[in-house]
Parts: sequence; C-alpha cells; structure tokens
Amino acid sequence: MIKRSFIGLTKPMLKYEALDLKTPEPTIIQEPKKVSLFLDKTYGFKDTILLKIGDTVKTGQKLSVSENSDAYVISTVTGKISSIETLAGDYGKTFTSVSIEVDENEEIDDQFKTLAAEPTLDSAINFLSGVPGKPAFKIFSDPEKPINTIIVNGVDRDLLVGTNQYVIKSDIDAVKNGVRILKKITGIDNILIAVPQNMMQDAIGGGAQVVTVDSEYPATLPAMMMQSILGQILPAGQSCEDMGVCFLSAEAVASIGTAIEEGRIPSTKTVTFINKDGVKSLASAKIGTPVRNIINAFGVTLNEKDRLISGGPMTGATLYSENFPVLADTDAIMIQDRDNIPFISDYPCINCGECVRACPANVPVNMLVRFLEAGQYEEAADQYDLYSCIECGLCSYVCVSKMPVFHYIKLAKYELGRTTSAEATNA
Amino acid sequence: MLNQKKLIVSHAPFWHDGSSITVRSYHTMLAALPAALFGIFTYGMPALGVVSLSISFAIIWELLINKVTQRTVSIGDGNAALIGLLFAMLLPATSPWWMVATGTFVAVVIGKHIYGGIGGNPFNPVLIGVAILMVAWKDYFDFNEALVNYDLRFAMVYPLAAAKHLGTSGIEAFSTAGLLLGQHSGGIGATFGLGLILGGIYLIIRGFIRWEISVSFLAGVFVTALLFHMSDPSLYAGPVFHLLTGYTLIGAFFLATEDSSSPVNFIPMLIYGAGAGVMTVLIRNIGTYVDGVVFAILLMNLINPICDKIRPKALGKVV
Repeated sequence: MIKRSFIGLTKPMLKYEALDLKTPEPTIIQEPKKVSLFLDKTYGFKDTILLKIGDTVKTGQKLSVSENSDAYVISTVTGKISSIETLAGDYGKTFTSVSIEVDENEEIDDQFKTLAAEPTLDSAINFLSGVPGKPAFKIFSDPEKPINTIIVNGVDRDLLVGTNQYVIKSDIDAVKNGVRILKKITGIDNILIAVPQNMMQDAIGGGAQVVTVDSEYPATLPAMMMQSILGQILPAGQSCEDMGVCFLSAEAVASIGTAIEEGRIPSTKTVTFINKDGVKSLASAKIGTPVRNIINAFGVTLNEKDRLISGGPMTGATLYSENFPVLADTDAIMIQDRDNIPFISDYPCINCGECVRACPANVPVNMLVRFLEAGQYEEAADQYDLYSCIECGLCSYVCVSKMPVFHYIKLAKYELGRTTSAEATNA
Repeated sequence: MLNQKKLIVSHAPFWHDGSSITVRSYHTMLAALPAALFGIFTYGMPALGVVSLSISFAIIWELLINKVTQRTVSIGDGNAALIGLLFAMLLPATSPWWMVATGTFVAVVIGKHIYGGIGGNPFNPVLIGVAILMVAWKDYFDFNEALVNYDLRFAMVYPLAAAKHLGTSGIEAFSTAGLLLGQHSGGIGATFGLGLILGGIYLIIRGFIRWEISVSFLAGVFVTALLFHMSDPSLYAGPVFHLLTGYTLIGAFFLATEDSSSPVNFIPMLIYGAGAGVMTVLIRNIGTYVDGVVFAILLMNLINPICDKIRPKALGKVV
C-alpha cells in the first residue's frame, strides 16, 4: 500500500507500475475439476429454462439459460452440468451461475468454426461477447449511438494490474488480427491503441495508430483518456459510448483475433495475481476456474478476515468466497492481509480539502459527501456535480476522516439510476 | 459452504494513504509546541498552569458533551487537546482558572459540539472561546494590566497597545530581531515569532494546513499595514511590526487554517486569507480593539461558505 509521503504539500502521486522489460511468463493454472460460468440473469420466472442439471456440454458450446434472453456464455470445458443457481452481485446485479464438472475427454463444439470463415458483426455478437476481456459488441449495433472511434486499451485501468500490457507485449500479432477483423465487421476505421510510454515499440506492430498514456493514476480511466487522447471532454453523466468512443481491452481484441484466425473461441484468461506484499505475477487460467486454484498455485494461504479482491486496489470489488470463478473481465486477483486492511470510520468530513485537491474531475467532494451522507442524492447531483465523478476512488484514498466517499458516490448514482428507471417505466 | 473462511468484504478503494485526524491533531500540537514551551519558559509556573489547565479542561468538556449527547467518545482524536493548547497560547500567563474553564467550555461545547462536532463548526472554536472572553472580561485581556507584575529583560509594554495609543514613537524599543525571538509581551504562545514560523512551515510542508491561507493572510496584513504606514509613518506602525506582534503569526498558521471553518478551493483560500489579513490591520489601526486577529478571522469564517462557491468547473459540466 502506498502511504502518504512525508511532504504532504502535493497531491498523491500513484504511478502505474510498468511491466518488466522482459515479458514475464504467466503461471499456467491447471484445468480445474469443476468450473462455474456466470451469465447475466435477464429471464423471468415463467421462462423455460433451457439447461438441465446433468446435461453434457462441449468446449466452445454456447449456453443460454432461456429463449427469451440473449445472455449466453460459452462453455470453456467439456463436461456435465452439476448445478445452476442464481447469485446476487453488488448494486442489484443478479447472475446465473452454471457449474460444470469437467470431463477429461475434451470435445470441441464446431458451431463457431463455420462462422469464423466469414466473420460478421452478428456472429461476433452471438459468440464472442464472453471471450477473455469481455468486449461489448452490442454497442456497435445501437443505431442511436453510432460509434466512430475504437480505443484498444493496452493499459490497465487500475494500479498494479498488468494484464493488458502483457497481451500487448506477448501477443501483438493477435491484437493486429483483432484490429483487422474489427475494422471489417464494424466498418470503423478509426482504431487507436493506447499504451504506456515505455511500450510504444511493442505496440507498433498492432496495425493501428499508437497513442501513449501518462503513467500517473487515474490517467487510464476512460474519461481521462478521452481527454488526453481525443481532446474530448466527457459531459457529466454521459458515457464514452454516448460520445461515439468505444474502449476495448487489448486482451479482448487479441481474443477476437485468435478466435477468427483459429476458428475456436479462446477460453484462457490472463490474470494478474497481486500477493499480500503487493508483488504481482501473471497467471493464465480457464474462464470459470475458482479463484482458490489461483491462490493455491501461488502457494498463498488465505486466512480468516483477509480480503480477496477481483480487480485492482482502487476500483476492484471484493469477493466473499474463494469459490468465485475467474470471469471474462477479471483482470486481477488481489489479496490483502488482515493486518494491512485500512478500515473506514464513521467520522464526519472535517473539510480538510484533501479530496478536492486529489479529484481529477474537480468535483467539490467536501460538499458532495455531506449531501450524500444525508441521502440527498438529487441535490448532490444538481448542485455538487455527482455525475462528473469518474470513479477513480482517490477521494476515499486520501480521506483524513477515512470516510467511504467513493462508496457513497456509487450508492448515490445507483439509487438515482433506480428512481429514474422506475419513473421511465411508470410514465 | 458452512465452514468456509470468512473474508472481509468492503467497497473500493482498498488502499488508504494512512492519514488520520489523530495524526493531524498531534502534528499540529507538535508544531505549536516550540512557541508554547517558550511562553512557559518566559512566564514560568503560571503559564504552565494555564496551558495544562486549558488542555485538561478542553478534554474534560469534550468527554462530558460526548456523554451527554450519547455519542462515541472522541477525545482520542486529539482535536479537543489541540483546541485547549491553542486556546491557552492566546491567553495572558496570569489568566485565572475560572476564565480558562469558561473559555474552553465555550470553545469546545459552544464553538464545536453545538454545531455537530468536528467538521461541523462554522467558526474556529478557539476563537469563539477567546472572543467571548475578550468581550466579557476585557481587563483580563489587557496584556499591560495582566502582566504588570512581570519584569523580564525587555520592555513590558504590549507592543500593539503602544502602537495604538502612542503611534510609531511608542514602539521604537522593539527591534525586528527582538520580536522574532519573543522579546515582547503577549499571549503565552503568541510571542515567539521564530517558533511559530518554524511550526507553520512544518505544517505546510507536511500538508496539514493549506499554505494558501497562511501566505495570503500574511500578505494581507503586510500590504494593508504598508499602505497605512506610507500614508502616515508617525501614526501607523510598519508592516513588519504588524506581522510579528499580537496574534498575527499564530493566527496565520494555526487559527485561520482551522479545517472546517476555512475554504478548500484555491481562489476562495486566497480571498479568505487576504480578507482576514486586511481586516486584522483595519481593526488594529482604526477599530477600537488593540488586536484584530480574533475578530478578523471570525468575520471571514462567516463568509467562508459563500466564498467556497467559487470553484473550478467540474469535468464535463456544461453550465
């Protein structure tokens, strides 16, 4: 954990750590006995469930739970479905978890292979939305928000994470294929590859214009990259997609390249594993592998009251169980020792202004948080720029009172989102 | 699933820079210590008595109000002790015990907790305490009267009173070096200019106070005093004299910079600091009070919320 420096005059400097010059080889995690695959739960109670416990599935087979829902997941293994359950995520998200007991004799489903010869946007939407890196293809087919620029993210969103940098270093050919295919299926020519300064050379082979990103957090968050790369300022409350810019991670683009080239949907995810002492290593695991297998592979013991995080130290999400699987967008697994966990407190804001100085979006956090604490979300959004927040987490990081500022902001956005969608359906 | 390990689950971010209110309070006290110790050394046991009593009373009041309002006991964060220390540093060494008790009561209970505790106070609690005492028992705050029994190695006349009543001729005995080294009478911890400046610089470097406020406060005092001095050098003392006497330095580094009653944005901080500085000299030179720091800062505390509305446009804000 990076502590406040002795000289506290300046705002915090959190640098993204560059990946080592020689590419580190990821530790290969063995195929687990059982995988769990997650898909968004969008079906209702009355829908017929297409999957049954005991069904056999092949590697690469497309699994959807219901006919009425277009959510699907591509099986990464061959085996028998052992359980189907519904799980609740944070902020009201629900998932269907399909567990598959792995059979040693792998069979490959060839439905995709025939489509791969002539790649189209439709086949990408139907088969490649769940590849490692989780590319959001659907936004390309939204007629109301045409996309005109694709930025391939060779940088990682959070500190300590090195997954996308690794992909650029090790598999630039796949990225090149991916870029080519993306140009073909989406018809968008303006594709940029964003990398940290020291990786300019690695990214040149990607077949797209290379741009560099500053190495100080939060320069790699989408809103910041919009500003530094495209010179566009993201209007408060809008997403990059609204502005016609789509961010795809380098890993996603590489997966697309590999998938079309080899006619097989890739199923191995590169994960940065961040140990208790902050040392990072890379691992490569099948999507659906329980996080426990990765922890065990690195010989780390997870104790009671430790913290297990999917993602990086600033914007990740905690997991409550080691059985949680690696998902298509799990870029990092981080473990914090129970002795090193900084706790939040219920102290009020003392108006020291650290957050105001740290905020990259100039949000008056000191005032905002007072309204959020009182649950006055609409006032917070109207007067104190709630929607300008780019969700970097620096305010909580520097808070002298140890307030969960970032948590308050996310909660407020979620609650406001709920009221507006409820109003829209009732209108 | 039942014998599964229990993990800690919480919201991002998972790092914290390690700062805390306790660290902040203790370091501010540490920075104030040289000046306070110098005062104790100069004025002897009575000063030590006032400082100890003030800190103890501040903590006791805080504990009592915590119990009465049934809140978590917050004396551990050091804020009450800090209020007590700063309050004592403004008092004359001979202040009676009941004055210290009343003053800290006003500071901690009325200045801070009535408004909802730490972070909620619109005024600097220390200054609320001092202001009430200054208005209520004027004589005890007359440093010439209060320190009449002291005969130290320097002129025992209170420099600001001399400047006010006698003009420049009354302050010829005070040299800049003497003022810096604390060779003038005044509050227990407010006379040792060098110590206060060093403490202030320490706080600025560590980032515990906002330099913009201190610097603009001092600049405000300097410029206004300079203008007055230029208009009538025989009547109004020079800018350096105003910077080093009275509560100017302790005000600039320890009082005006109190977190909750001062602005956090750049331009408002400059307005706030400079405004307090200008008001200080105005009160000193044309007001009725000998020293204007207390009322000047309280006045600027009042405009702080409006002042802090001047802020940079947030990212992507259209209006």
